[in-house]
Formats: sequence, structure tokens, C-alpha cells
Amino acid sequence: MLPPAVDAAGPPGACSVPRGGGWRPGARWAQGTAPGGQAEAEHIAGLPAHQRPPMRELGRRSEAADHPFRAMPPDEGGRAPPHGLVPAHPLWGRPTILIERVGQREVVTAACPVALSLDLVPGMAAAHARALVGDLDVQDADPARDAAWLDRLALHAVARWTPVACPSGTDGIWLDLTGTSHLFGGEARFCRRVLHFLGKLGFTARIAVAGTPGAAHALARYGGEAFSILPPGQEAATLAGLPIAALRLEPSALAGAARFGLERVGDLYPMPRGPLAKRLGLASVNRLDQALGRAAEPVVPVVPFEAPVVSRRLLEPIATPESIAQVIADLVDDLVLVLQERGLGVRTARIIAERVDGADQHLGIGASRATRDPGHLVRMFGLRIDRLEPGLGIEAMHLVVPHSEPLGARIAGALIPDGNAPPDLAPAIDQLAGRAGQDAVFRMGLEPSDVPERAVRRLGALVDPAGWPAWKRPVRILSRPEILTHVVALLPDHPPRRFTWRGRVYPVVAGDGPERIHGEWWRTDRELWAVRDYFRVEVEGGQRFWLFRRGDGVVPETGDLSWHMHGFFG
Amino acid sequence: MPTVAALAETDRARLLAELKARIAVPVASSAPLLPFGVEAIDVRLGGGGLDGGGLHEIAAASPTLGDDAAATLFAAGAAARFAGDPNASVAWTLTRFDLYAPGLEQAGLPPAKLLYCEGRDEVMALALAEDCLRDGSFAAVVAEVKHADQTAMRRLQLAAADGHTPMLLLRRWARAASDPLEKPSAACTRWRIGCAPSVPLPHPGVGRSCWSVELVRQRGGNPFSLIVEACDGKGRLALPAPARDRAAAAGSASRRAA
Repeated sequence: MLPPAVDAAGPPGACSVPRGGGWRPGARWAQGTAPGGQAEAEHIAGLPAHQRPPMRELGRRSEAADHPFRAMPPDEGGRAPPHGLVPAHPLWGRPTILIERVGQREVVTAACPVALSLDLVPGMAAAHARALVGDLDVQDADPARDAAWLDRLALHAVARWTPVACPSGTDGIWLDLTGTSHLFGGEARFCRRVLHFLGKLGFTARIAVAGTPGAAHALARYGGEAFSILPPGQEAATLAGLPIAALRLEPSALAGAARFGLERVGDLYPMPRGPLAKRLGLASVNRLDQALGRAAEPVVPVVPFEAPVVSRRLLEPIATPESIAQVIADLVDDLVLVLQERGLGVRTARIIAERVDGADQHLGIGASRATRDPGHLVRMFGLRIDRLEPGLGIEAMHLVVPHSEPLGARIAGALIPDGNAPPDLAPAIDQLAGRAGQDAVFRMGLEPSDVPERAVRRLGALVDPAGWPAWKRPVRILSRPEILTHVVALLPDHPPRRFTWRGRVYPVVAGDGPERIHGEWWRTDRELWAVRDYFRVEVEGGQRFWLFRRGDGVVPETGDLSWHMHGFFG
Repeated sequence: MPTVAALAETDRARLLAELKARIAVPVASSAPLLPFGVEAIDVRLGGGGLDGGGLHEIAAASPTLGDDAAATLFAAGAAARFAGDPNASVAWTLTRFDLYAPGLEQAGLPPAKLLYCEGRDEVMALALAEDCLRDGSFAAVVAEVKHADQTAMRRLQLAAADGHTPMLLLRRWARAASDPLEKPSAACTRWRIGCAPSVPLPHPGVGRSCWSVELVRQRGGNPFSLIVEACDGKGRLALPAPARDRAAAAGSASRRAA
């Protein structure tokens, strides 16, 4: 196909189709030299960040779409999504600031890079920031969650990078790299690795490696580089150019330094120490010494809590109940030693039995109160030992304590028994709960309500419940009051003379009442006017019943005057 | 030959005497006896009170719910007197919870003393009661079941003797036609409790409840029955005062139902 003859020298018209051929639909967007394209791009580049049109308005559909199945929850057993690790909202769209309420005003505590480029800096008033930028995403700062994140990072560092790590202030962590950096191929590779790890979590970080914690602290916060490694002995020279705030001084000391015209760390070097301590405080001198390595500053590491666990590997697979019980007893004995050493007591324990075929069997017990009595633990496991299926045999057993509580040393048995001490019911309750289930062992306690069926509530087995007012109450009640028929009674406040219940006629010989109980209008609208008049009646033969009538017999809204059987006095 | 026969005879006699001596001594558990504090009952009871390490069966006199409540209160009162110490506690095992705790408090069992154990079925309830008995940290154990065979009874009796804890077995009526105390059992005492007309008051109202208490069987004693006043706020029974005008009061019952 021949190219069409075109007039290459003709004046370009308003048409966007470029002359000289090469036209195809959509090519205008693909060519950087499209008429107006360059100017438009320059115009856009000149705009401040928050006024630039988003990608979508520019017509570039270059964002990668998520894989449709990636977003779905993984199947059971699959890799769990890194829940909570990725920030919920991408921070690059709108300028975002975090604010915190200090006294009567709200202060910006942090700002995203977009906000920083708009001159919103931490420390300014939130109202000021809102006035400066219209489309501003303002969220509340959550220092507790930040601290929790730092703790988690420190624990991760202890587990993966170095045994000595702890949070540093509210915005950093210390890592003592002594003797560990070579495991990662040197300090530089270690820093890159940590930065990459934090970047995957959605954090930007700055790392400084220095000979003293103070110098590392100053360089990481004021050095201005993603990671910097300070050779030994260079602390004084490097810190000299940094602002004095890098030394972790008190605010009052910073104000004093500003008054005396001390701006850089280097300004402090030539000053005599006595007057310096007098002006800025001894703590400031100590900070300087710590940064320069003249004073020691140990890092107190966080210690991760490890659940107590003991294991027994068996020479031969076992399958009989006796041998399993023996291994459980041995495991409990081992565990008690571990618990004694750490001062812990068991609240939940779990036996994990590894079978020959690779399937794990689990056996869990719970204690109502922290305990490390071996006999008690063995007894509780013994109650459930039948739930273990040994199959072809068990070749290893582990005893883990997922939930433990501190438990101090206790006297095993006093020489003189104290007759007044109440017997400890916790072991008995554990045993009962182990047999019948946790909810099967309970106490009944007072619920503040006048309606009889609502006045009782199930409580935990170790709670000390309160009693009820001394109104006459039956010993058993019907869960659903049953309606009485053929009731002969004088209105408004006499007990019935006779009634029929479950097909039998009961002539009443004596009655007490009424005890009037009003409905609880704050629960339902139906009880707004409801009234029950309770009577205690004795029928011929001596049975004593608790009856009630709906309604007070005068006002029709209070009830329909039907009679009901509710309980039985002995 | 006759000498051999005589020897065998004396041997058998000696064996029989030994066996008789063994069963003649009441199974003396070392647990203390609990007297009722009512002269008329205590003198007729085998040891002068309820055995603190034995099984006691309590059933309602009739399948009515009123008598059932009376039997429940009788058991609760006995348990309350066993648990007289302020720190003592009572375990109550059952299968279906229809007790009303404020009523039990008025029989002397405040909620802080009472621990309920709800079993899936009656076998489980009896097993829970046995656990409580063997543990020994309860002052008394009450179990309410409908069916309990000889084996279960024997186990409970042994557990009660081992744990020095009284076992109060509340036998509830399963069907209207089958008396729960019909079959023999290993219990120390078997009680049948029914409602009786209350003490008449000089004014309209219901007086102190009365029960007809029948001791169906006991070890080392004879059965008896009498009318007692229901247990008070501390679980104590009483004898009704001899009323001269009992007949007249019964006749004027309709007047009292004011």
C-alpha cells in the first residue's frame, strides 16, 4: 500500500494529526512531541504537588491492576497475608498530617512527604495547616500504637538481627551490631537489608552506624542520609556540624543554648566544662560525653517472652494409655522445674503428640487459677487422655504453656494447719470443668432487677457473689410461667380461691400477697405499664405455690388479669 | 466322722459369728455425725444424726412439683447445716437447672457457698458428684438425678466415705408411676418428704410450712415418719407446737384464704 501523497510543507492546521504520515489512532498520546504536549507537561511540572492532576486525569492508564485473586483471603493453611504490616492508606495521594491535642490546641505531630513539600511541618497548629492546604487529610496521632510498633520491631530485631535491641525514644530503635554485622555481609549490606525490609512494610527509615549510641542517634536524625556509617574515632568531627538538638538535650537546655548563641555541637567543644554545666545543666554535658564516647551508655535490650515448653522424644513409638500417661507425667515434672525457675504458673497447657504418620494430636487443659502443682496437672490431663488418638504410635510429645501467669513461691504445707483458712476450691473446679466443660461449673449471683427470672445471673466459679433481698422466694421456678384456668379470685388484691393447673383443680386454703413487681420500661416498650402481682398460696394438701396475676386489677393497661404459675415453695 | 462334722459345724458357726460381727458394726466413717437438733428425729436416728461420710437419699413423697420443692429444701437445709462454717461450700450437681438461687439462700445456702455443676446427662452429673466427694474440699455434695442404679449408689457411698463428705442424693420422680425409692440401695438413710398443711395463723396468711418427713430406711435403726416444720433461714427443722384447735383450724381454712 502506497503512502498517501501529502503536502509536507503546508502550514500545520488545527488538526492534531501530524503531517508527514505515521498517524495511527492513539498515537498522539504516545508521542512526546505532540503539539501542546511539552508545554502541558511543563505546566503540570510547575504546579505545586497538590494541584497536579492525578494520573488518571492525564489519561495514562499505566497503573498495574491487582491480580483479582491476590486480594481474596487465602485458603486455610495458605500463607497468611501480612496483616497490619502494610499501611491501610497509601500516603502519596493527598497530603496527610497527624495531629495530637496538646492542652487546648491541636498540634501537627507528623506530616507525609507531600505535606512536607507544602510547608506543613510538625509542630505547627493544626488549624494553621488546615488553612494553608484545603484538601488535607487530617488523622489523629496514636502514640500507643506507634510505641507498640516500635516494640514489635525491636522484638523482630532481637529474633532476626542482633540479640541487643530496644526502642529508642518514640521514633527509633537501637541495634547493637557488635559482632553481628558480619553475619549479614558487613554494615553497609546490613543497613540496605534493613531499609529494604522496612520499605516493604511501608516505612521510610534512616540508619546511622556509629561507635556510640549518642552519635548514631544524632546522625540518624540529623545526618540527612538514608544510611551513614561513621568510621571509629570520627564522632567529634562529624557531630561538630550538626545542630545542638541532635544531642538529646532537655527543652530547657536547648532554650538556654539558643540564648547563648550555641547552635552547633561544635560550638560546645571549646567551652570549659564547668561553665557549660552551669549554663546548660550537667545532663547536657553528660549527653555530649555520651555522644563522643567519653561516658558509657549501655543499651538495655528487650527480652522476648518465650512460652515455656518441654519435649520428650521417644525411642520407640508408644500407643498404650499407660505409657502415654507416663510420658505426660514426665513432661509435667520437667515443666514444673522450668516454671519454678521462671516463677510462672499454668493457666493453659497443651500437649502436642507427634504421631508416626506425621499428624499432630493436641490435648489442652485450662486452670481457673495459675498453678504448677504436678499432681493437679497430671490429673487434669488424665481426665482427657482418652481424646488422644495414638494411631500407629506417638514418637514425640511436647508440653507447651501458651498462657501462663506469674506465680511466686508457695509453702507446700504448713506445719500447723490453719483451721480458719478456707479450702482452696480451684483444683476441684479445674477437675470439674475438665470433666464437664468450662461453662458447666458456675455460681449464681445477684442481678439488680426486681423481675424474678432476671434477678439471677450465672457467674464464674471463682467469683464471690452477693445475695438477694429477703423477700419470700420459691426454691424452684418454671422457666416459662404457665397459665392457670378457671381462677376464682377477688379483685384487686386477693389471692385466688381456687384455680386449675395442668388439668387439676386446686382449692386454696391460705394466701399471702400481693407483692407488686413493675415491668422494666427501660428494657422494652411492652413493659412500660406492665405489673405483676405475686401471691404465695397454700392449696389443700399443703403444697405451696407462687402465682402471679398480670395487671393490678384497676388500670387495664397494666395487664390482662391472667393468672400464671411461676414457682414452688417447699 | 461326727467329729469332723462337729468341727465343720463349729467352724461355720465361728465364720458366721465373725461375719455377723462385721456387719453388725455400723459402717463407722470417721466423719462426724450431724444431729438435726430435733429431739424426736435424733433419738430415732441410728447414730443420733446424719452420717457426715455417707450417702443419704431424699425423694419427694409424690410426683407433684410442690413435694419436689419440699424435698429440695430438705436437702438444701441439711447441706446448709453441714456447711455451717462460713468458709465451707456446697457442690450441687444437676442436669437441668431449674433451681431458684434466692430460694436456696433462704434455706441457708447463700450464693457464695454454693457451686453448681451442670452435667450433660445423669451419668455425668453422678460422676461430677463423685469427683466433688473424693476431692474433699466441699462440706456437702447434693446431686439431683432421676435414675441411679445400684452401682452408682455404691460408688457414691464409697466416695463419700473416702472423702469424709456427706452425699445428699435428691431422687426426682421420672414418671408418675415409679417411686424412686422403690428399689433397694446402699444409702445410709432414705427420706421421703412431702408437703403438709402449714401452721395455722391467727390472721389471714400462710404460716410456717410443714413437711411430712418419712424415713423409709436407715442403717442401724427403724423407719419412722412425723410432721416437722420446714427449715428456717439456717436450714434447721423444728417440731410444730401441739395445737389444740388443729381440727377447728382445718375447718376454717377457707376463712384463712383472705
